Amino acid sequence: MDFLDYAFMQRALLAAVLVGITAPAVGIYLVQRRQALMGDGIGHVAMTGVGLGFLLSWSPVWMATLISVLGAVLMELIRWYGRTRGDIALAMLFYGGMAGGVMFINLAPGGSNANLTSYLFGSLSTVSQSDVTAICLLAAFVVLVTLGLRRQLFAVSQDEEFARVTGLPVRALNLLTAVTAAVTVTVAMRVVGLLLVSALMVVPVAAAQQLSRSFAATFAIAVAIGVTVTIGGTVTSYYQDVPPGATIVLLTIGAFVVLTGLATPLARRRARAAAAARPVPDPAECAIPASREADGTVGV
Amino acid sequence: MTEPVIALRGVRADLGSRPVLRGIDLTVHRGEVVALLGANGSGKSTAIRTIIGQVPLSAGEIELFGTPRGRFGDWARVGYVPQRTTAAGGVPATVTEIVSSGRLSRARFGVLRKADKEAVRRALELVGMADRAKDSVDALSGGQHQRVLIARALASEPELLIMDEPMAGVDLASQEVLARTLGEQVAQGTSVLLVLHELGPLEPLIDRAVVLRDGCVQHDGPPPRAVGQHALPGHDHVHPHDHEPIRTGLLS
Repeated sequence: MDFLDYAFMQRALLAAVLVGITAPAVGIYLVQRRQALMGDGIGHVAMTGVGLGFLLSWSPVWMATLISVLGAVLMELIRWYGRTRGDIALAMLFYGGMAGGVMFINLAPGGSNANLTSYLFGSLSTVSQSDVTAICLLAAFVVLVTLGLRRQLFAVSQDEEFARVTGLPVRALNLLTAVTAAVTVTVAMRVVGLLLVSALMVVPVAAAQQLSRSFAATFAIAVAIGVTVTIGGTVTSYYQDVPPGATIVLLTIGAFVVLTGLATPLARRRARAAAAARPVPDPAECAIPASREADGTVGV
Repeated sequence: MTEPVIALRGVRADLGSRPVLRGIDLTVHRGEVVALLGANGSGKSTAIRTIIGQVPLSAGEIELFGTPRGRFGDWARVGYVPQRTTAAGGVPATVTEIVSSGRLSRARFGVLRKADKEAVRRALELVGMADRAKDSVDALSGGQHQRVLIARALASEPELLIMDEPMAGVDLASQEVLARTLGEQVAQGTSVLLVLHELGPLEPLIDRAVVLRDGCVQHDGPPPRAVGQHALPGHDHVHPHDHEPIRTGLLS
């Protein structure tokens, strides 16, 4: 546990835990809305923020937060109004964001793409004290939204049309989800990197789904996986001198594979238990139903 | 005549550049059960979706409980059952979690109290799904899924139910449960507007039928009586929808 003696490792671990909590907490709503790749898009847009931060000598973390929030709001607006060619508009936003980042960082005095690398793939040793302060504040916002408004966000992500009829402010909640996702991207940027952050939003949720039947359980398991892999990845990265972002993402995918392997026997056992609980068990063999209506599966 | 719970006057709506509703008048009075009938593409679902605000109006006005829809905020009085989509959300959810969403209109700040949880349980009992409360909705059949969506609409204890094809793709056993549930609600004074492809097992409940054709009201009056083999008990509607003939002779 000697890594805990170093201040940079303490900062890195704190940042890693916050990323492990926030990324799946937002990601679950994105996955539920089938917008799993939104985090990736925001990551691209955030590059412009990092570049601008260097150019204007501002904090790249806060600048990236500002730009990615603007980008996320723009994406949500495109989703509302640009129904037909929305995908093209999004593609332009993503690649424009990436190109903007590379351009601005090269315009900055003494800046080159090398400065960008730690933001793209994550880095432990460069997490500064002011980064940690920013990450803590942003993570607090994300946790407050994703837990505090979980019922509202669940309803809107599950069935937008129905949510409207319950009187929920659907547009405001959609915008809030987009903004929260953008904030999460910048929380994760220093540890996992902009190009890999989306994996930590999506893969823990996908892995948790292998075991769970409810939204609440999926949420809890996904966050548990997130925290485990970010701590595991950060410590591995310290001892083996490998990049933290890549280590964390590979560990997450490993967790997905292991849980998927575990899930198959679990599902079989559940099916057997459910069949045993039924008063009239399903017949072991197929039989021709007495009438077409009786089998109940013929739909309109 | 009592104050209408739903009133549409001269409603027009476009999807893209295509006019789908071309000036619809439709009223549902308190305690009334009104069926919206018509062939595919006649504008039934669009009419429902203008009422809930999912499709914008290009002309005309809509009132809910006497209030213009734009200013209407008392959504707990309305229960909505959307057309069932086979695609569930991307994350598993239990029956209780889904039905609880329907109670949000009565819950302050999204906090469900004991009374709210009780209402969710009652709604599940009404549709005969209380024993599946903790199951994932992915494990349900089409008919059971539809029962869950109706329980979600009933969870806010609404005075008005709006349903889009509640019987589509529902097995006969579930159809009977749904017809009985709806009958109980109507007996308690709930008003209902529902889109139907055909009257089916709900026929005895329906007070009035409005038939749409090409975005216009073609018939507004007593429900058409089923004739021929459509009138046989247990008749199930299985013809493919894509090439469906417009059965105006039957419905008008």
